[in-house]
Amino acid sequence: MATTSVMGGVVKRREDPALIQGLGKYTDDFAPVGTLRVAFLRSPVARARITRLDTSRAKEIPGVVAVYTHDDVAHLGPLLAQVPVGKLRPLLAAGEVNHVGEAIAMVVAEDRYIAQDAVEAIEVDFDELPAVIDLRKAASDEVVIHEELGSNVLHTWTYHGYWEALGLEDQTPQVDEAMQREDAVVVSLDMVNQRLIPVAIEPRSVLAEYEPGYGRLTVHSSTQVPHALAGAIATQLEMSIRDVRVVAPEVGGGFGCKLNVYNDEILVAWASRELGRPVKWTETRREAAGATIHGRGWVATATLVGTRDGQFLGYKLEGIADMGAYSQNFTVAIPLLGLWIASGQYKMPVSWTVDCVVTNTMTTDAYRGAGRPEAIYYLERIIDAYAREIGMDPIEVREKNFWQPEEFPATLGCGFALDSGDYAAATQRLKEIADYEGLKRRRDEARAEGRLVGIGVGSYVEVCGFGPAVLADIGFSWSAYGLPSSFNGSGLVRVNPDGTATVIIGTGPSGQGHQTAWAQIVSDGLGIPLDDIRVHHGDSATSPMGIGTFGSRSLAVDGTATFAATEAVREKAAKIAAKLLEAAPEDIVFADGGAHVAGSPDRGVDWKAIAQAAYQGHTLPEGVDSGLEETIIHTPGNATWPFGTHLAMVEVDPDTGDVELLEYYAVDDCGNQVNPMIVNGQVHGGIAQGVGQALFEDAYYDQDGNLLTGSLVDYPIPTAADLPSFQLSHTVTPTPVNPMGVKGIGEAGTIGSAHTVVNAVVDALEPLGVKHVDMPLRPRKVWAAIQEARA
Amino acid sequence: MYPRQFDYVAPTSLDEAYGALGDDSKVLAGGMSLIPLMKMRLLSPGTLVDIGRIPGLDAIEDKGDHISIGALVRHSTTAGHPLIAQHAPALAQAAGMTGDVQVRNRGTTCGSLAHVDVAADQPAAVLAHGGVAVVGSASGTREVMADAFCMDTLTADLSPNEILLEIRLPKAGPGEGSAYDKLGRRGGHSDYAVAGVAAWVKMDAGSITDARVAITGVGTKPSLLPEVSQALIGTDGSESAVASAAEHAVDGVTVLEDLYGSVEYKTHLAKVYAKRAIQKAIGSIRA
Repeated sequence: MATTSVMGGVVKRREDPALIQGLGKYTDDFAPVGTLRVAFLRSPVARARITRLDTSRAKEIPGVVAVYTHDDVAHLGPLLAQVPVGKLRPLLAAGEVNHVGEAIAMVVAEDRYIAQDAVEAIEVDFDELPAVIDLRKAASDEVVIHEELGSNVLHTWTYHGYWEALGLEDQTPQVDEAMQREDAVVVSLDMVNQRLIPVAIEPRSVLAEYEPGYGRLTVHSSTQVPHALAGAIATQLEMSIRDVRVVAPEVGGGFGCKLNVYNDEILVAWASRELGRPVKWTETRREAAGATIHGRGWVATATLVGTRDGQFLGYKLEGIADMGAYSQNFTVAIPLLGLWIASGQYKMPVSWTVDCVVTNTMTTDAYRGAGRPEAIYYLERIIDAYAREIGMDPIEVREKNFWQPEEFPATLGCGFALDSGDYAAATQRLKEIADYEGLKRRRDEARAEGRLVGIGVGSYVEVCGFGPAVLADIGFSWSAYGLPSSFNGSGLVRVNPDGTATVIIGTGPSGQGHQTAWAQIVSDGLGIPLDDIRVHHGDSATSPMGIGTFGSRSLAVDGTATFAATEAVREKAAKIAAKLLEAAPEDIVFADGGAHVAGSPDRGVDWKAIAQAAYQGHTLPEGVDSGLEETIIHTPGNATWPFGTHLAMVEVDPDTGDVELLEYYAVDDCGNQVNPMIVNGQVHGGIAQGVGQALFEDAYYDQDGNLLTGSLVDYPIPTAADLPSFQLSHTVTPTPVNPMGVKGIGEAGTIGSAHTVVNAVVDALEPLGVKHVDMPLRPRKVWAAIQEARA
Repeated sequence: MYPRQFDYVAPTSLDEAYGALGDDSKVLAGGMSLIPLMKMRLLSPGTLVDIGRIPGLDAIEDKGDHISIGALVRHSTTAGHPLIAQHAPALAQAAGMTGDVQVRNRGTTCGSLAHVDVAADQPAAVLAHGGVAVVGSASGTREVMADAFCMDTLTADLSPNEILLEIRLPKAGPGEGSAYDKLGRRGGHSDYAVAGVAAWVKMDAGSITDARVAITGVGTKPSLLPEVSQALIGTDGSESAVASAAEHAVDGVTVLEDLYGSVEYKTHLAKVYAKRAIQKAIGSIRA
């Protein structure tokens, strides 16, 4: 069907000219006349009862319109969550605070300076309680944070537990038996996968305009989920989705943190309705650090059992995952995503136990990879330790245990089936592009000179593009937000009367290039030039129902819907063109901005003529309705399972512990690619964030619950200057799950990279006998590990 | 991140600026440290006196017996200026390792000295070069050795009614060399210094006749290390001589722990970077 060559082509991102000239419009750029501004009083202590809260002085400040506390909003209930396990977040602190940064009071004022002055004038007294920060201490229930829950442990994910109902086998006995085998090699490590701050460059921002005359609410928000936010606001404010419109204009990065619906979004919408005026709040960088969700935050023991010759016999993970103080959107469900890919690319039984515990910290939730980087990190680190233990090349040991191409679809112990894969092929490609043998030679030469140079490899499987829809029935339900329990994507394709095309999709991108990739899909299907296609997204009033952009899902799900809508438009247009050209519909070919009869390029009409006929109506063939647009809502039948293998080469300064990332190679397989340049861009950003976790980033609370990394001075993120030029390649194993054969690529780079870098550093330190260093591998830690090994 | 209310004046002459300064004022040059502090409400001056429109403060000049760096000279200018490259290489290197491109294009070398951040790069280099701070006020100017000027954490010898007008650096003579080296927070030379050392060395006939070594990042302020200098003077600058001098790298320094280093680690780094900077300085003489 491909009639143009744009699919799979490197097309420059059409959204970029506006963005790089500073002409993009973000939520904070919208300022209707009379907009009020909001500031929040946030808790300076981690755990306390509020014994006095006096807003009277704040209310007297000229320009202050309102100061709200819990009593004003208690009737709205706590913040809705999709997975309501644990204590839900009160919209404003309900007589107690449970983490530094928790919102206690909300000031609405004529400008943001006055609002901040008023925050300072609010008087509050605390009766402080002991904070619980350490994960093992939290799991011990020595101090229970939310007494009404009875325990800090909200849930325990096991590899079998959740799926027992489905009749799946518990593989723990198999793993335990393997450990008892005479020839078993058992390798175990305690490892930290530290808490991270997402750091979107555009902070979150929300602007609500309630129009009393019409009873409707329009909300601009820097969100990844416009439809879900509209549903959540409507549900929480007891309105109808019909009367709530959410617009996500340009969104400057999200990485999952803008997939949450936040209390501030509800409060700003509510305040606008209360006051009958536009109300806006834009978070400060410190609020972005301490009051927007965090990611990761696990401690775990990983154990691999295998034979002396490299055959895996089983894998066990026993961990604790930090949920923070309150459960928000997915929170408790995040580790489940890791469980699904716990066995990575390998065929072996798995035993998995992760306790989800409450601490006096900011909520954790989805951050690029969400449960999957954690799971893959533990698995790939322990495989490396095992390879070292048996003296086998780390790539060879992986190759020995891969699922083989002919075994797909490969059903996992968790019940899911891997859709497609050729893990050995991707690994082979990696060895070629990195010249693996040459690299090892260079490493060994450097070692001979006494330098600490190391090579690390790591493979991964990702699960993304969720469904199947049945997931909604086992915990991932959007119904709390007033949406159907599904993982639908949507696409509307309209050929306009002038022959151009308008595409409207249900996604909420934050830099992923949807305006380019979707135009390619439609251009490819209809032969309408890219420049004649405009893609809209992120407006719940105009886009067909969708659930936004997250979980590397947009192309596989909403892309599939758009692909199908394009096909439907093309079929209809073929009938119309056939009549105009006095030919049979099956002989119509679309190319170069119009249709022609196959074999007779001179017998053609352009899209304008087809569209005019379509909208004119009375000249249409019998049985063809007027108009030229189609909307498809697509329900995915399965998730997709991208994969890849990465390699890093590092050098460690033995005197300082400073790690230099010398070279980085990645082979990723996301199935067919619509735009390889965008794919590479996603991999680049993903690797940068994985390297950030491996080397720099750490959202650090002290034992009193103070966030010591509350600004970018104290929370270093990687910049281009810290990274080598990545060498990327791909294999292409299409998925059978959707007609385009596409998987997802948004999170792959992050899932594949952190352990790869750590494996490389541990390899560099191998001559000293270092077995593990916990992330982030800041020089102080690497140096301490060197000192310890030398002692 | 929204400051408290303040007045803003932008004088076009020094006299006008002195008139605007008072007990509750702050001088604004590049604003790379001041503005974030104000936005976090950690600092709330009543009046901001922006000296950016006063002519004559933005030059690096050869004044015959010294090099002058004006109050409005940006880090990027200091990093790339031929006079600094010739006479104060350690400062050029430190300026090039300060912040990122945007910060270097906006922040000023004098502002960095006046701010006395515990982990700033350039003050250490100014100290090692034997720099002098020239401070102006309505009642005239006074000169203070940079070492004395950096009194304590975030505290310079500068009254609210004074302006740091320029930094004066001695011109380089024969047999002199200098260098700055550091470990940054994101490794390498990135970001604030976890530990940074600037070294200035003078050699004659194969032996060290004079030296000044200064440290940043590890203690309460950038400071000179006289014990290191004393240990170097009279030696041949060999690796072992430098290493044993570098052992004094935290003498008189109160080493502070932070997220990037324990006291033990920072003490160790101080010695490593003292050695590296001194060796580079000596290497630059021999080259």
